[in-house]
Amino acid sequence: MATVELLFSALPEHVRTARLVAAAVARRAGVDEAVLDEVRLAVGEACSRAVGLHISNEVTTPVRVTLIEDEKKFSIEVGDDAPGPTPEALAAANGSERAAGGPEESGADSEDDMGLAVISGLVDDVEVTADERGGLIRMSWPIAPAAVAP
Amino acid sequence: MDLSLSTETVGDRTVVRVGGEIDVYTAPKLREQLVELVNDGSYHLVVDMEGVDFLDSTGLGVLVGGLKRVRAHEGSLRLVCNQERILKIFRITGLTKVFPIHTSVEDAVQATD
Repeated sequence: MATVELLFSALPEHVRTARLVAAAVARRAGVDEAVLDEVRLAVGEACSRAVGLHISNEVTTPVRVTLIEDEKKFSIEVGDDAPGPTPEALAAANGSERAAGGPEESGADSEDDMGLAVISGLVDDVEVTADERGGLIRMSWPIAPAAVAP
Repeated sequence: MDLSLSTETVGDRTVVRVGGEIDVYTAPKLREQLVELVNDGSYHLVVDMEGVDFLDSTGLGVLVGGLKRVRAHEGSLRLVCNQERILKIFRITGLTKVFPIHTSVEDAVQATD
């Protein structure tokens, strides 16, 4: 069961809220302090991407963020309702060795690619899936064994 | 926290001091500032990131866009950053090869390469 679920209208101003909530819940779950910056950045990238997809596809449903605390890991799922990305983008995010070059043009596609590149560069355990109904980015981080949540 | 921006002219360079969070919401403000500077004829920019608490790929996109604009006028865009968590984002995206990154504004202003 999810520890915390967050639904927000697909607007850029709400991405910061999602970052703050995710970092607070991750800290409480026992994710190492040194990794919290990565959690914050990765969830921000995933939410920014979802917001962008909803806006460009004129999807009116909210973006979904699910924060799940297990015994050994903390998982974040960010779901969108936009039709899926290209297979190339999926392949790039799912652990290909492609080095993210510096895109010379900051068009929508390259920004989307850069967001996924940042996520795959930051997070070891990441999975990006998409079908005609929407996409899901699932990321997880280990929970520090010494941490005991009160 | 929002984004704060201020500019200062040092010799032939324009220093843009950025503070706060650069993300999908605030990045357009930085983009506007860089576009305005280039339109006004400032082609040698130094972006001081020491006051930046958060930077994401949208912010990177804006900086790359700024670099492209100044290069069209044979200008330069240098960054000042000592924060490991910000530098890490430039490293994982390969952009450390694209931007000259300096440890101080003085250093960036004097750089000529």
